[in-house]
This record gives sequence, C-alpha cells and structure tokens, in this order.
Amino acid sequence: MNIIVCIKQVPSMANVQIDPETGRLQRDGVESVINPFDEYAIEEGVRIREKAGGKVIVITMGPPQAESALREAISKGADEAILISDKVFGGADTLATSYTLSSAIKFIGDYDLIICGRQASDGDTAQVGPGTAEMLNIPHITYVKKIELLGDKSIRVERIMEDGCDLIESPLPALLTVGKEINVPRISSLKGKMLAKKAVIKTLDAATINADAKRIGLNGSPTQVIKIFTPPQRTCGEKLTGDAKKIAVALVKRLSELGIA
Amino acid sequence: MENSIKILADKCVGCGICESECPFSAISMLERSEEHARKFKLAVIDLNKCTYCGACKQICKFSAVELKKCRPQAEIDKSLYKGVWIYAEQRHGKISNIAYELLSEGRRLAEKLGTFLGAVLIGSNIKSKAQELIDRGADKVYICDDPVFVEFQDDPYTSILTQLIKKEKPEIILMGATNIGRSFASRVAAKIHTGLTADCTSLEIDTVTKNLQQTRPAFGGNIMATILTSRHRPQMSTVRHKVFKEAKIETGRKGEVIEYKVDVKTLLNRTKFLGFIKSAVNYVNLLEAEIIVSGGRGLGKPEGFRLIEELAECLGGAVGASRAAVDSGWIPDIHQVGQTGKTVSPKVYIACGISGQIQHRVGMGSSDIIIAINKDATCPMMQIASYALEGDLYEIIPNIIKEIKSSKSV
Repeated sequence: MNIIVCIKQVPSMANVQIDPETGRLQRDGVESVINPFDEYAIEEGVRIREKAGGKVIVITMGPPQAESALREAISKGADEAILISDKVFGGADTLATSYTLSSAIKFIGDYDLIICGRQASDGDTAQVGPGTAEMLNIPHITYVKKIELLGDKSIRVERIMEDGCDLIESPLPALLTVGKEINVPRISSLKGKMLAKKAVIKTLDAATINADAKRIGLNGSPTQVIKIFTPPQRTCGEKLTGDAKKIAVALVKRLSELGIA
Repeated sequence: MENSIKILADKCVGCGICESECPFSAISMLERSEEHARKFKLAVIDLNKCTYCGACKQICKFSAVELKKCRPQAEIDKSLYKGVWIYAEQRHGKISNIAYELLSEGRRLAEKLGTFLGAVLIGSNIKSKAQELIDRGADKVYICDDPVFVEFQDDPYTSILTQLIKKEKPEIILMGATNIGRSFASRVAAKIHTGLTADCTSLEIDTVTKNLQQTRPAFGGNIMATILTSRHRPQMSTVRHKVFKEAKIETGRKGEVIEYKVDVKTLLNRTKFLGFIKSAVNYVNLLEAEIIVSGGRGLGKPEGFRLIEELAECLGGAVGASRAAVDSGWIPDIHQVGQTGKTVSPKVYIACGISGQIQHRVGMGSSDIIIAINKDATCPMMQIASYALEGDLYEIIPNIIKEIKSSKSV
C-alpha cells in the first residue's frame, strides 16, 4: 500500500499573540509547524503502512523553508518526503494549489491512497483535498474518522456528519481528509529524529512535474485577494464583581433587558 | 509578463509597518549595505512567501512598494451568466436551515444585480419540498430527483450539479459551509474550474463591475480578506451557519419549479453508501444554537458539566467545551469549540472556567455577546468578554440558575 500524505507548513497558533494596541498579529519569533490536522494524516498513513506494508511519502507545496516540516514528518514515521517548490507557484489559491499537488502526485505515480488534514489552520478552507482528488479523477471522502482496508483494492470509512456518521465504501486509489477524531499522533522517536536529519529530500519544480504555466501560482488562481484588513478587536465590556449572588442578579437583569432570560 | 513586486530603496524609510502588516510573513527589515547613503533599514520581500496580495502597498505611507500584477483576461463571456443560486442542502429528506439562511442573502444579492434567485434541490422524493424554497424567496427551484441521490455522495452530486451549472450558467452560487457543502463545493469548483471562497462572513456586489466581493476571516479571524473571482463564472462561496438570518416565510409565493432530467448513466458513482449511524448528539444543535454554555479546565472535574448542562437547559441553549475539557475526557469531542473543533457564532456565548487561549477564541470570537465566568480576572477570555464575571463558577452559576428560574416564575 503506497500512501501519499499532503501536508502544509503553517505559523504556529500556539505562539501567535495579538498586539493589544493595533490588534495585529505579532509574528516575531513565531515558529512554523506542521498544520495540526496534518499530524493526524501522517499518523494514519504510518499506521496503515505498519499494518499493510508499503511506504508513506509525505509531500508539501511551499517555500524552501517548508523542508523542515517534511523532516519532522519523517521523524514521525514517514518513509520519504518531497518538496514541491518553485517561485512560479507563489500566490496560488486553493484551485492552483490543487492543480500543482495533483501534477506532482501524477509525477510521483504509483499510489493507492492519499491522506490530507481536513483543513489548514491558517487558510481554513478545506478545499485543497477535494480539489486535488477531482484533478486526479479519483474519489474523495472528507471528515473521515475511521479507515478499514478491504484487501488492497478498496476501503470502508466512517465519515463524520453533523448528525452522526455515514459509512462509505470506496475503490482505491482514493483521497481522504482526516481530523483529530481518527487517532492520537505519536511523538517523534529518537531513531525517527536521526532518520529525519539524514533524509535526502527531493525537490520538484514546475518544469519537472510538467505543470501548465496558466494553471499555477497567482495567474492560475481564479480568486484574487483585493483587500486585507484587521477586524476591530473585542475589548472588555462590563466587569461584574462582588459576591456570587450579587453578580448573578446583575447578569440576569442585563440578560432580561436583552430579552434573553 | 510575470508578476513583480519590489521595494523602492530610495523611498523606503525602514518604518517596518509593512513587515507587521504582511499576512504571509514575507517581509523582513534588513540593514542597508554601507555604500548606501541612508541609515534606515530596508524592507526586503521574500518572493518565496509573497502572494502579491498588495497589503504592503496599501499600508505603505511612502509609496515605496511597486507592485505589478499581470492578470490574464477572462476566458469566458461573463454576460452569458445570469442569476444567483443557492444550494438547498437536505439531509435525510429535510431541508437544512442553512438553505433558508442562504435564501435571504441570495435574495438580497439577486435584487442588487436585478436578477432572479434560484435554488438547487438534489435528492430522492423531494419534489414536495420545492414550495418551501419558493415561500422563502426562491424564484426558480431546480429539482434533481432520483433514487441515486437518496444519500449524499460527492461523485453523483458533483456530476449533476456540474451538468446543471453548464446548462443554466448562474453567475453566483452560495452553499453552506457544512460537512457536505465544504466537500461538495470544493469538488464542483475544481471540476468547472472556477474560484471558491470558503466561510464568507459578508457578501457585496461591486456596483461598477458587478463582481461579488467576498469577505472571509483568515488566520483564525485575526485578519479579514476580501476576495474576488473576477475572471471566472460562476463565483462560488460557502457560508457558515448563523452568518445570515433565515428568510421569512411568505406562504403561497409564486415561483417556477424546473425538474431537471437525470440520466443516471452520465453520473459518476464510484463510492458506495453503506449506512448511517445516528449519533446521540446532533452537533448542528451546537452550530445553530442562539445560546451556548461552554465549560473548560476551570471546572476542575467532569461533574462540572452537570452544572453547565443545567444552565444551558435553563437558557434553552447548547453545551460547548474547550479542548482542555475534551482532552481530560470530561465530555465527548463533539462539543469542542475552537480551532480543532467547531466554529460557532451564537447570540450569547457563556465561557465558564475557560481562560481563552487563541485556539479557543478563533472558534467563538464572533459571538454577539460573550459572558466569561472566571476566578482569574486577567485571563484573555475576561479581557474580551462583554460581561466579565469574576469569581468561583461553582458559586456564581447556581445563583444564575436560581435567579433565572425566579424571574421566569414571576
């Protein structure tokens, strides 16, 4: 079973602080990490390989710095890692990113399963997984919380819906997106860290994956960001202090004035 | 011609505003080389990270950013695309509330554009639901009714909606940012090769170009971005629960029902639906709740959620939780609000014993009113709360419950 896991390097939310004066993100010293949802995708890929054999290839599209995310993925059990990087990929929206990833996956070839995190924590769109599957012309299933292999030709999965779970069977190859419900990711082992340090990470550029210049980067992106602004920050309204009864009375009075209680 | 961006060294004064403004951390301030006359630092753009969004150009007071965008012309005749559509999501034969919310916003946009509002209904034995959509503002309802659509699956649904879009050519399609909508919309947009903007919180029509201006949060709501799909049609957006108000019912409103002939042979259908396991808690309840009472680490023990549930019940609200409470095993993860859980925007969010780490705030920061109950008056949640209640939640909450009950009985 050859598994491709698509990941993204994102700014770590854990350290992001908001400047209370300007309301802007303070990015000084903010480290880059693997998108939290992708941690589950890597873990699930590794678990399937441990059961069914084969290999896990982790790929990412991003600047050269994204290599560190790939090394971390190797330390968590991935076998190979490939960086898809080229200046011409810059400014890609979700459609251009899906196209670029699908072109790289076609170049890599031999795969049975693709696993992605259900969305990235910076963009939050959840669009690249399904988009990539469409461009590869394979089925996809989102919000998967359980994967069961049925031989090497198909899978049965549980897909989280708002009111429960749908059980779906899909032929392979297929693309799945996963979140925190599916597993508890392992921490990197010492051996893994050593492998990660030594790993040779291949880089694929636009020419190598035969990407159509009209479909990549900013020019291949149907959506354009025309304005970016910081929303007004919330500030503390009213402080209610004193003994519990007094606080409760004051709150319920205000809620009833607002027609809530 | 390629896109280009550069900092004009003779204009840059090294103020660093662009560095802090850049949403992609692509700008850094470097010392200038010695031969240069100026002593100031110089902004340098990392082209590997730059997306040419123009935020730096917009903010620079010294016109030191030169941005040349090379945009190909539209490949299609946009005038052929008419009408605003909403996708009327249904689950097990019942139209989801999100469809009614999209109808009210869709109606407003259609009127601004001077065009019609269409609703697309896909399912099995659902023809009878068309009038509901007309009563709530649809001028046309496109029905794709076939047993193959009894349960949502991406393949056949994508095939049919794509066929319908190619035939009818709508200019705008709004879909719910639900589990179904986020998957379905992404696949359709990729298939017809158009732009899709997720989780829009505001939609406007540009009065000159008639393009749809889609505004959405990024970086967990710390930044808002306005996005256009100016060269492609249709323009597609998804919208979360509760962003727009439900369209009102106008009984007996007139509209056109168009039954689209479904040829099953033309539909992709690679996956197989095997069954549905209903969960005890329907988290739409959480997403659609007007009032949410959430508990966090400050509860100190799983039993704390009994008090949370009691307060929620008393207010007719739903129960939420922070990741800390879920990870402690006090409550199932279906209740989790925040980055790895749900994003909610109720009228009232009551955070009990939740300190308000950014990962939690991104999931509830757009609530109308935030009430925080916490011993620590300095924690982030207390700083952003509309009402910050300082004290022991085990003393305050029972008093609130008592007070509400007595005010109701009056």
